[in-house]
Amino acid sequence: MGAGHAHALYQHGHSTVHRMGPEAKLAAGFASVVAIATTPREAVWAFALHAAVLAAVVTAAELPPRFVLRRLAIVLPFVAFAFTIPFVAGGEEVTVLGVGLSRDGLWGTWNVLAKAVLGASVSIVVAGTTEEARIFKGLERLRVPVAITLIATFMLRYLTLIADELRRTRVAMRARGYAPRWLWEARPVASAAGAVFVRSYERGERVHAAMLARGFTGTMPELDTRTATRADWLRGATVAGVVAATALAAAVTT
Amino acid sequence: MRALAVAAHGLVFSYPDGHRALDGFDLEVSAGERVALLGPNGAGKTTFALHLNGIHVAEAGTVAIGDLRVAEPDLAEVRRRVGLVFQHADDQLFMPSVREDVAFGPANLGLRGGELDGRVERALVAVGAADVADRAPHHLSGGEKRRVALATVLAMEPDVLVLDEPTSGLDPAGRRELVEVLRSLAQTQIVITHDLPFALELCERAVIVDHGRVVAEGATAAVLGDAELLRAHRLELPYGFDPAVASRGR
Ligand SMILES: Nc1ncnc2c1ncn2[C@@H]1O[C@H](COP(=O)(O)OP(=O)(O)O)[C@@H](O)[C@H]1O
Ligand SMILES: [Mg+2]
Repeated sequence: MGAGHAHALYQHGHSTVHRMGPEAKLAAGFASVVAIATTPREAVWAFALHAAVLAAVVTAAELPPRFVLRRLAIVLPFVAFAFTIPFVAGGEEVTVLGVGLSRDGLWGTWNVLAKAVLGASVSIVVAGTTEEARIFKGLERLRVPVAITLIATFMLRYLTLIADELRRTRVAMRARGYAPRWLWEARPVASAAGAVFVRSYERGERVHAAMLARGFTGTMPELDTRTATRADWLRGATVAGVVAATALAAAVTT
Repeated sequence: MRALAVAAHGLVFSYPDGHRALDGFDLEVSAGERVALLGPNGAGKTTFALHLNGIHVAEAGTVAIGDLRVAEPDLAEVRRRVGLVFQHADDQLFMPSVREDVAFGPANLGLRGGELDGRVERALVAVGAADVADRAPHHLSGGEKRRVALATVLAMEPDVLVLDEPTSGLDPAGRRELVEVLRSLAQTQIVITHDLPFALELCERAVIVDHGRVVAEGATAAVLGDAELLRAHRLELPYGFDPAVASRGR
């Protein structure tokens, strides 16, 4: 409902991870994603370790596992293509359930899947524990250029508004007896989505106008919100350090 | 005649789709006056409000707030002077806590530390919302949200308050609390509303807006007493409400 505070990915809470200064959290998240992305695909044990570290952070953040899994569903359509790789890739073949698949292709699928799921999970934990205004502030404190910070924040805001509007539209459609079960019944959804996008955009404009009306000039005022403490940086560095060390060990041993 | 707080002359404005929303809009408001802006949906009331602090810029005509033209280089000062309370409080509240949201405006003005805290505190007390300072805006009731939205602009110590349909979605108690708060404030007030009894309770003068311009104005009781005029502009009093009787008690 709330336009700014409760962005679509945020889960209210008071955990250690929630309270961490946003810049330390964002920096640790970014470093972890880079480390995960560069982990060699054959080092399966390294991905298991990454997953364990992530699970520990999710627990510390007091995020329900269902919260993370439901949001992970968002990345599924984007990794669906990964399942086609073994069928189309060349090289040595292995037979699975009587179907010949490319060994290299199977590794390709695993690579995309593992990295997409782990990387998305990191983002979900960061966004799930940081309010919009703090994400903005954190990026700013990390000296990310204002233009990029603004774009990121507005993307988050429009995402939130679109999710919000979609939910309302779905309720409105259900209320009038619409219950699509097959893809070809989904045409009304597509046309409703257009209207939802326009409405969300207009609402985003109104929020922006409200900010301008109160003297917003492109930088968030530095209120004494939580700045990252030494302990925050240490926590972030520990998590990112373990992930990076794992990735490095994997790179050396494979 | 008191000094003019707001002077708008001959405003013309079209939206990008070509729809002309303001078509020769004139309005003058004296300092300290409370004016109700009445009129049907789509009349141009919100569009006019967005001209008062330069969010929309007219194709023709001028707006002045006190001695300042609404235009660069004075836009920042104009936005401090004009406190715009949007129709949907959800559009207005975007910080993690009420306190930070109320601080957003004055912090943009460069206030910090004790001075900033004082502003926030005074604004919250003025709207009777000091007790929700540390809550998240999206967890508040409709009435609380509306009063906090008002506090976010009061914290900028504006000269003019512009409220867009402030009673929509409020329950009767929330509405009464809002009337009391607004009556206690010294600012010049422009109140856009469909709630005619609310206009009568709060504003000495009312103007009717239709088709992008002011079509009638007068003492609120007189405007609301003109059944012909109200009908012509799709305005309706609640069943059984008699403005002559209601205003006698004032
Ligand atoms: N963003 C917009 N784009 C196009 N037309 C708009 C937009 N906002 C408002 N309008 C149109 O401008 C006219 C005046 O709107 P508005 O000022 O919101 O009226 P009011 O507040 O009196 O109900 C209406 O016809 C409305 O449809
Ligand atoms: Mg309006």
